[in-house]
Amino acid sequence: MPSATMDLLRLATIGSVDDGKSTLIGRLLVDTRQLFDDQLDAIAHASQKRGLGDLDLSFVTDGLRAEREQGITIDVAYRYAASPSRKFIIADCPGHVQYTRNMATGASSADLALVVVDVSHGLKEQTRRHLVIAALLGVRSLVVAVNKMDIVNWSSAAYQGVVDEVDTIAAELGFSEQRCVPISALYGDNVVEASSRSPWYDGPSVLGALEAADAGVWESTGPARLPIQWVLRQDGGGRTYAGMMSGGALRVGDAVSLLPAGLSATVRQIGSGSGAREVAVAGLSVDVALTEDTDAGRGDLLAAAPLPTVTRELSATICWFGESPLEPGQRLRLKHTTRTTPVRVLSLEGALDVSTLSIEPASELGTNEIGLARLLTGDALAVDDYRDNRVTGSFVLIDEVSNATVAAGMVGRASFLSREP
Amino acid sequence: MTITSLRTEPSLEHLDALESQAIFILREVAAECERPVLLFSGGKDSAVLLHLAVKAFAPQRLPFPVMHVDTGQNFPEVLEFRDRTVERLGARLVVARVQDSIDQGRVLDPGQTGSRNRLQSVTLLDAIAEHGFDAAFGGARRDEDKARAKERILSFRNTFGQWDPRAQRPELWQLYQGRVNPGEHLRAFPLSDWTELDVWQYIERENMDLPSIYFAHRREVVRRDSMWLAVGPHVEPREGEVTEWRSVRFRTVGDANCTGAVESEADTLAAIVHEVAIANVSERGATRADDRFSETAMEDRKREGYF
Repeated sequence: MPSATMDLLRLATIGSVDDGKSTLIGRLLVDTRQLFDDQLDAIAHASQKRGLGDLDLSFVTDGLRAEREQGITIDVAYRYAASPSRKFIIADCPGHVQYTRNMATGASSADLALVVVDVSHGLKEQTRRHLVIAALLGVRSLVVAVNKMDIVNWSSAAYQGVVDEVDTIAAELGFSEQRCVPISALYGDNVVEASSRSPWYDGPSVLGALEAADAGVWESTGPARLPIQWVLRQDGGGRTYAGMMSGGALRVGDAVSLLPAGLSATVRQIGSGSGAREVAVAGLSVDVALTEDTDAGRGDLLAAAPLPTVTRELSATICWFGESPLEPGQRLRLKHTTRTTPVRVLSLEGALDVSTLSIEPASELGTNEIGLARLLTGDALAVDDYRDNRVTGSFVLIDEVSNATVAAGMVGRASFLSREP
Repeated sequence: MTITSLRTEPSLEHLDALESQAIFILREVAAECERPVLLFSGGKDSAVLLHLAVKAFAPQRLPFPVMHVDTGQNFPEVLEFRDRTVERLGARLVVARVQDSIDQGRVLDPGQTGSRNRLQSVTLLDAIAEHGFDAAFGGARRDEDKARAKERILSFRNTFGQWDPRAQRPELWQLYQGRVNPGEHLRAFPLSDWTELDVWQYIERENMDLPSIYFAHRREVVRRDSMWLAVGPHVEPREGEVTEWRSVRFRTVGDANCTGAVESEADTLAAIVHEVAIANVSERGATRADDRFSETAMEDRKREGYF
């Protein structure tokens, strides 16, 4: 199936603070010559000014003053790289638990997570939390950089210990693919080129693993979904429905439904930025003319069978980022695709214990906690399970007073959350 | 494994994906906000942004005005381009003048040859307040600068127009939510994920009109701060400086007195794409005196309300 994002890999770095995520990205970009000369000069100057050696690689992505002063990543930095075979959008995410919301921002659009683990510490609690969030957000494959191998004298036993831990949790969380690489981000071993210090390892470098990973596979599967953003009035009368294809493919002549009203129609014409098309794939912004004269607008969903569920009651997985806890009875706003509606929390079914992966009874969800909730929305929504469609299965919760985004929500629950409380 | 030149040419599918993402953001913000405005300087990035905005709402006219923050130190070729583009599209143009801010005593006059670049923030924020705009589209890209690399696609500004990099709203999936309270506003950056090379490949693919100074031409220039500055009303040779005639073009377009030209023979879009693909120096590093003051020049300006 043709795809608009065929050769684009979106990846997010995850892992605990100080395990070396930003240093690895810096190393990757420097060793693949993605940086301009003046950018390298500026990083060298900033490093030397702070007494941090010739070149502090973390400064490639830690660009804020506060980040360089404290040596931590506060918010996601986006970097762009290209190899002969694909283009990369890299989201370098913060490791601190305090900035989990920013990590989720970076991971929500990622196809792959580049996990960084300090081999001398093993998998920390915060790395487990990030892996859980990545799994919930639908990231399917992992490249695990087992970092700081130089500190353990390139011990294959120490490396294997981390690999075993990763294999266990990856299986529990249901990742489809994980590839571990022993590295030293500081010295560049196995980051771009194979290192002579790990004769016992015969797998790819980090870059090799990233080039070989699957990119954007799941957007192109499943039935067609088009959330309507805007109704365009056409010259000489008539309307087209504009929006971005999310999931599946839509062809001229396809039978579709307009939801939540449930009207039936047929696709007459598909327009796009580069003119009329016979077929629209996921990721393309299009405008669609229907054969029938229908009444639909922003917030409605144009969908092909099998159709999503139309409902006002949602059972969902919630990552809560608000400063004060989420409680049953609370009123918020919910944005799902292009529709925003009032919402009330009917009940909390429990909170996730990240270390045991079990759901424990809870009366509230604290900052950065993950839980299961039942919600009642003001307007009916057309939803898919998140694991079937990342667009029609996701929503955010918005504080009614500050307008801040306070939660990420996913319809349904991941299989590792299926044990009842 | 061998890694050869990494700034290689991506496929057209990649440009289609970037175009679609930008159109999606334009439509989303236009639908969610009451009074958006598109910032149009006449530079290549805002030209691409305007081109995409026209596509997003065709065949209807643009559902928002365009605004130019005019420092009074523009290249005349850029103002000509601005005016012919606005006329061709039938768009509504708002011009906010830094000179007015100086005359009203809102900012200090930097003098005949001083940079007015930083003063734009005050003029911009005053214009946003005066017109009641609640969202401003900008052509900024994350690959331009390390502070921009940190910014959300929808970037919240408080009632003072400030950006707080430590307290950005989470931005999950493509659920861009544009709710603000009165006096607050958003900056929206539909070209966030584009690189300089993407922009030029897209301009070539769409065969877009641009100001003539982006193409190589012979011009009288003077060497200053290791940049070639164009001799004209805003740049006069200082004592000891020698002017020369060289074949140059501009990689970015800002104020005439702080935007450097690069030596180039690239006089077609195809030649420019090739030149950008093999460049060793970033576009801002090569051409912007205003980014050289300190390590965090862009972050500091953004905190004050800069684009």
